[in-house]
Amino acid sequence: MKKELTCIVCPLGCSLTAEMEHGKVLSVVGNTCPKGAKYAQTECVSPQRTVTSTVRCTNGAMLPVKTDREIPKEKIMECMKIINNCIAHLPISVGDVIIKDVLGSNIVATANMK
Amino acid sequence: MRELVVIGGGPAGMSAAIAAYESGIRDILIIEREESLGGILRQCIHNGFGLHKFGEELTGPEYAYRYEQKVHEYGIEYKLSTTVIDITEDKVITATNASDGIFMVEAKAVVLAMGCRERSKGALNIAGARPSGIYSAGTAQKYVNIKGYMLGKSVVILGSGDIGLIMARRMTVEGAHVKAVCELMPYSGGLARNIHQCLDDFDIPLKLSHTVVQLHGKERLTGVTIAKVDDERKPIEETKEFIECDTLLLSVGLIPENELSEKASVKLDGITGGAQVDQNRETSVDGIFACGNVLHVHDLVDYVSDEAEIAGRSAASYIKGELAKKAEIKITRDEKIRYTVPQYITDEADVYFRTADVYKNVTLTVYKDGKAVYSKKKLKTAPGEMEKIHLDKSVIEGAEKIHIGLECRQ
Repeated sequence: MKKELTCIVCPLGCSLTAEMEHGKVLSVVGNTCPKGAKYAQTECVSPQRTVTSTVRCTNGAMLPVKTDREIPKEKIMECMKIINNCIAHLPISVGDVIIKDVLGSNIVATANMK
Repeated sequence: MRELVVIGGGPAGMSAAIAAYESGIRDILIIEREESLGGILRQCIHNGFGLHKFGEELTGPEYAYRYEQKVHEYGIEYKLSTTVIDITEDKVITATNASDGIFMVEAKAVVLAMGCRERSKGALNIAGARPSGIYSAGTAQKYVNIKGYMLGKSVVILGSGDIGLIMARRMTVEGAHVKAVCELMPYSGGLARNIHQCLDDFDIPLKLSHTVVQLHGKERLTGVTIAKVDDERKPIEETKEFIECDTLLLSVGLIPENELSEKASVKLDGITGGAQVDQNRETSVDGIFACGNVLHVHDLVDYVSDEAEIAGRSAASYIKGELAKKAEIKITRDEKIRYTVPQYITDEADVYFRTADVYKNVTLTVYKDGKAVYSKKKLKTAPGEMEKIHLDKSVIEGAEKIHIGLECRQ
C-alpha cells in the first residue's frame, strides 16, 4: 500500500511516498534528506507533533510555551487542556519548565516574562 | 549626528544592527514602534523558525530572543514605543514618543526595516453589512497569542496564506470549530507543510478556487456565503453555499509598509511594493538601505535575517566610505517571473524571486548580454514559495545586460 505525505520537517515541504505493508514502512521516496525518511516512518505509524500555545501569567499577560519534545498527534487536545488549566508564576526565563511531565514532555517557556 | 539609525526592531532591524556592529560600527540606534523588540515574531508562537540559521527548530519568540540577546550583549542602543513620522532624503529622521516628545536625529546611514502590514477587508469588496467578528489573520493572532482573547466559536478563513493556516490550527486547539479555508486561486498561498500540519491534522477543508461572496449578520457575523469561482475568478452562481459562523479571518496578503520610504524619495518597485535595491540592499537614495518584509514579503524569517545582514554590512561600508558605487545593471526577466530582489546588480549575489503561477519542470536560465551562461532546473515553483538563484562573479563580470528566463512544461 502506498501512502502520500507532505514532509513537515522543514519549509521545503517535500512530497513523500511511503510504501507500507502490515502497518510497517518498507521504503520512502521523494525525500531530499534523511530527516524526511525518518519523518515518514513515524508519520505513518504514530504521528508526532510539537505543541505550542500560551499560558496566562499571574499578572494577566500571556506567556508563549511549547512542549520540549514531540508528543503523539492524537494527544494534542489533551495537552491543550492541561496547558489551559495552568497559571505561570513570574518571573520566567526562556527555557523554564512551566509544567512537568505532560504526555511525555515538559511544557517550557519560549519567552522571558518579568 | 548618528552613524546608523535602523527603523524597526523586528528580525530585520535587529539583524541589520548586529551585522553593522560586527562590521565595526558602534554608534547605532534602533527605533521600534512597539513596547519591545522582536516585531511580528512575538506573536508567532508556533515553531518552524531557525532551521536554516541555527540548524534547529525554534518558535518565533525564541528566534527573536537570540537576536535580542546579541543586541544587549553588544550594547546596541534602542528606543521602544517610538514612532518615526518622517525621514528626509538627507537622512534626517523625525520621531516621537511619550518621554522625549518629538525629536530629530540625523544619520550617516539609515536601514529601513519597518516590515509589512496585512491587506484589509476594505480592499476585498465583499457584499453585505459590516458586522463585528471579522479580523485579519495577523490581528486575530495578536488577540489570541498576546492578549489571550478567544475571538469566536465557529470560524471561516478567507485566503490560504501561512498566517491564515497557522491561525486555523491555533483557533482549533483553543476550542473553536474552523469550518473551512477558502482560497480564490487554484493553489494555496501557504507552505505545503502548513497545509499538512495546520489543516489536514484537524480535518479542516481547504476549498481551492472558492471565495466569500457575502457576509451575513447585523451586529455580529452570523455566517458567510461562499462560492466556487471560474477560470476568470468570477463566482459561479449555482455553487453558492451558506456557512454558519461567528468569525471570519482574512489571510489575503501582506503589503510592505513604505510610507516612510516614500517620504525619503526612495524609488519603489510596483510589484514588490518595496524599494528598488541593488545587491547591497541600497535604495535609490545614497546611504538608505532596506531589508526584510518592508523590501519584499518573505516566507521565512531565516531569509529575512540573511538579507538584513547584507543591508547592515553595506550600511557599515557606506559609513566608512568603502561601499562600491551603486549598481546600474537592471535585471530583466521573463513574464513568468513576477519580480527579482535585488532589481539592480554589479557584483555576485543571490537573486530572490517569485514566479507568477505554479509551474512544473522548470528551467531557469541566466542570459548575459543575450547569451545563456547558466541554468538550473526545478521540479516545481509556486508564487507562495520564494526562489533564489546565485549569480557568481563570472556571470556578472563585464555584463551590460542580465536577463533571467523561465521555461516550463505545464
